[in-house]
Amino acid sequence: MKKLLSGNEALALGAYHAGVRVATAYPGTPSTEILEAIAPYEDVYAEWSTNEKVALEVGLGACYTGARTLVCMKAVGLNVAADPFLAAATTGVSGGLVIVSADDPSIHSSQGEQDNRHYAKLAKVPILEPADSQQAYDLMPFAFEISERFDTPVIMRTTTRISHSKSVVNITGDRPAETGKRAFPRNVQKYVMLPVNARLRRPYIEERLVKLAEFAETFPFNKIEPGGNSLGIIASGIGYQYAREVFPEASFLLLGMTYPLPTTLLRRFAGQVKQILVVEELDPFLEDSIKALGIQVTGKEFIPRIGELNADIVEAAGKKMGVLKEKPAPPKIALKNPLPGRPPLLCPGCPHTGMFYVLASLGQRLKLPGAKEKEPKESPLVITGDIGCYTLATYPPLNAMDTTACMGASIGHAIGMEKAGLKSKIVAVIGDSTFLHSGITPLIDAVYNQSKITVVILDNGTTAMTGHQEHPGTGVSVKGEQAGRVVLEDLVRGMGVRDVRVVNSFSIKELRAAVRDSLEKPELSVIISRGACAVRVPRGADTRAIDIESCNQCGICLLIGCPAIQSDGKQPFIDTSMCMGEKCTICQQVCPKQAIMPSSELKAAR
Amino acid sequence: MKKFDLFITGVGGQGNILASDITGEVALSAGYDVKKTDTLGMAQRGGSVISHVRIAERVHSPLIKEGEVDILVGFEKLEAVRWASYLKPGAVAIVNSFAQPPLSVNLGIDRYPADKEVTDILKQRAGRIFLVDGTHRVTELGNSRTLNIFMLGCLSRFLPFKVESWKQSVRAHLPARLHKNNADAFDLGRKEISDGR
Repeated sequence: MKKLLSGNEALALGAYHAGVRVATAYPGTPSTEILEAIAPYEDVYAEWSTNEKVALEVGLGACYTGARTLVCMKAVGLNVAADPFLAAATTGVSGGLVIVSADDPSIHSSQGEQDNRHYAKLAKVPILEPADSQQAYDLMPFAFEISERFDTPVIMRTTTRISHSKSVVNITGDRPAETGKRAFPRNVQKYVMLPVNARLRRPYIEERLVKLAEFAETFPFNKIEPGGNSLGIIASGIGYQYAREVFPEASFLLLGMTYPLPTTLLRRFAGQVKQILVVEELDPFLEDSIKALGIQVTGKEFIPRIGELNADIVEAAGKKMGVLKEKPAPPKIALKNPLPGRPPLLCPGCPHTGMFYVLASLGQRLKLPGAKEKEPKESPLVITGDIGCYTLATYPPLNAMDTTACMGASIGHAIGMEKAGLKSKIVAVIGDSTFLHSGITPLIDAVYNQSKITVVILDNGTTAMTGHQEHPGTGVSVKGEQAGRVVLEDLVRGMGVRDVRVVNSFSIKELRAAVRDSLEKPELSVIISRGACAVRVPRGADTRAIDIESCNQCGICLLIGCPAIQSDGKQPFIDTSMCMGEKCTICQQVCPKQAIMPSSELKAAR
Repeated sequence: MKKFDLFITGVGGQGNILASDITGEVALSAGYDVKKTDTLGMAQRGGSVISHVRIAERVHSPLIKEGEVDILVGFEKLEAVRWASYLKPGAVAIVNSFAQPPLSVNLGIDRYPADKEVTDILKQRAGRIFLVDGTHRVTELGNSRTLNIFMLGCLSRFLPFKVESWKQSVRAHLPARLHKNNADAFDLGRKEISDGR
C-alpha cells in the first residue's frame, strides 16, 4: 500500500511495525508528531514525559526489560537528555532503544542551530539518517536490530525538512504478533555504573565501535548508485535529494549510517570517480572524517555550513566548483516598495496578551503608533523570558521580553541578575509546560537562596507552541485519557514559596494589582496567570467593536498587539472574523475612552 | 507525465496545509510521485505560511527551486506577491483578492501594497493571473473557513485530476457535517475560474 506520509509519521509507523512497545517524548519542533502518530496504537505504551531527560530515562528503564523502545526529541532536547544519553551508551540496552533527534537547520523553531551527529561521536554510538519518508519507514526495523545486536542505543537523526516533508511510502511491513517477554535479570556489571563497573564497560564501547564500522561496510542503506565518473557525490539525509536533482549525471554514495563510517566502501567509491563533493547540511561531519582517511573530497568550501540547504544552494555550489554551467536566470523581480513582513504573533484572544501588556506598561516599554523613538534607557523592570508562544512578546508593540536562552532559564537568569546587584525590579516569565519541564529546580534555587524576584507562570493549560500537547498540569495523557495532575499552586507552595497568587489572565485589573504587589514585596513571589489557550476554546459570543464616535484614535488598543485589531493608518477597527469576543475583552479593558464594546451594544446604541 | 510544481501560500490559520495535503493525495492517487513540504514560522497562527507541492513522475527535492513554480495559489494578496520570484516565466497565479494587513501595517510602520502593485509584481513572471473573490464567495455560502477548499476548486482547473478524486480526498479529511459545505465551496471555486477564463 502506498501512502503520503511525513517523515515523522513514517518513523512512527516504522517503529510500530518493528514491534516498539514503549514510546516517550517531550514535544519539540520538528519532532512532536512522531509520538502523536504512535500514541493511538493500543499495544504501545506512549507518554509525554516531563522533559527529554525523563523521557530518555523512562525509555532506558523500559528497554532494560527487553521492550523495544522509542524516545523522540528535538535537537536541543538531546542537550537536556545528554546525561542519560551518555549513560545509555555505557550500559547499553536489552530491548532495542532508538532515540530520534530531529535537528532544525535554519532555526525554524529553536533557540539555536546544532548538528547532533556530533553526539554520536561523543557517545560512540551509531547514527542513522533517512533521506525521505520511505527511508524513515524502512530504517526503523534496522535501527532496533542494530541496537540489540550491538548492545547500544541508536540515534535516528532527521532534520526539519525530512521530518516535515511528506513523500510516498510503500508500506511493506506489519505489526509483529509477538513483541517478546519482559524480564529484568539482575546484572550489576551492566546496569550499575559504579566506577568499577563503568571501567569494565569502557573497553566494550571501543570494541563495539569497531564492530559497527565493519557492519557499516555492508549495511544496505550505505550504497553506491553508479553514474558518470567525472563527479561523485557523497551525501546523507535531505542533502542527497537536492544533489540528486542538481547533478543527474553524477555517481552517488548515499550514507544511511553516518557514524561510524564504512572506510572500505568510501575508498572504493573514491576509486570510481575523478572528484568528490560531500553534500551535507550543517557541519562538515562526513567531510572531516573522510578527509581524515586520506580520501580527497571537497564540501564546505562550496556548500554552506549555516542553515538548511536547498536545490538552489547546491546548484550554486556546483557552479562555483565548476562542475555545472551557468544558466541565464529570469530577470529579478523589481519591487517599488519593500513588502511588509509578517512575523508570527500572539493569537487574538491569547491569554498571555494581558500579562505582557501590564508588564510592558509597568516597564515603560509601550510606544504609541507614530510616537517618536525614545532614547534607549534602562527599563525599571527587567523581564527574563523563556521558550513558548509567549517569546513572541519580544516583538513590538509589546517589547516585553529581555532574555530567552533555553527551557527553564528565565528563573535562573532572574536570580543571577538580582544576585549580581542589578537595581531594577526583575520578573521571570515562563509557561506552564516549560515550568514543569525545567522551571522547578531553578525555583527551588530561588527559595533556597532567598531570592526576591517575581516569577510569572503563564498557565494556558497546554503546550501551545508545539501544537497543544498535554502535560502533567493538564491531567490528560497523550492518548487523551485521564492521567494524574500536578496542581501548579500546590506544587509551588510545597516548594516553600509563601507569596503565591492565582489570577485571571483576562482581567487587566487583577493582573496589574498582582504584578505591582509582588514587585513591591521584599520576597520571592509567584503569580500564576491562568486562562485557556485561545486556539483550544470555542470563540466567545459578541465580538468587540469600536464606536467610531467615541474613539479618539489614540492607538492604545493597537499596543496589545492583537491581530484582530487593524488600522487604516488612523482609525482602528476590529476584524470580527478573528475577535474572540467575550472570552477575551482585553482591548475593551485598555481603551481609555470606553469606545470598545460588544458589537450587540454598539448596534443597539445606533 | 507532466510535472507540476505548486506553491500554496497564505497566512497561518487559513487552511494552507490541509489544502496542500489534499493536493498531494489526489496526485498520488492519479499515479504520480509527490513530495510536499510546508515552511512556516514558529507560531500556530498569523505568520506567513507556504506549502511546496511537487508532482511528477519522480520527485527528489521537496523544495521547489526559484523560478520553477508552475502554479501559485495565494490565499492572501501580500502572501501571494511575496513569493513572485519563485514563479516560472509564464506561470499561472490564482490569488484570493483578500488583504490581511500584518501588524506593522496596523501600527503605521509599513504600507500594504495596492491592488495594482500586486498585479504589477506578479505580471513580471506570471503569464495568467486570476484574482478571485474567494473570501466573499465562501462567506456568502455561509462558512468562511471553506476558503481553502474553494481555492482548491480553482486550482483543480489546471491539474489533470478527476473532480471526484478531489472531493473524495476533501471528505476524507473533514467530519461529515462539513462535507456539503466544502463540496459546494469546491464547485464554486471551479466555476469561478471557468467564468473568469
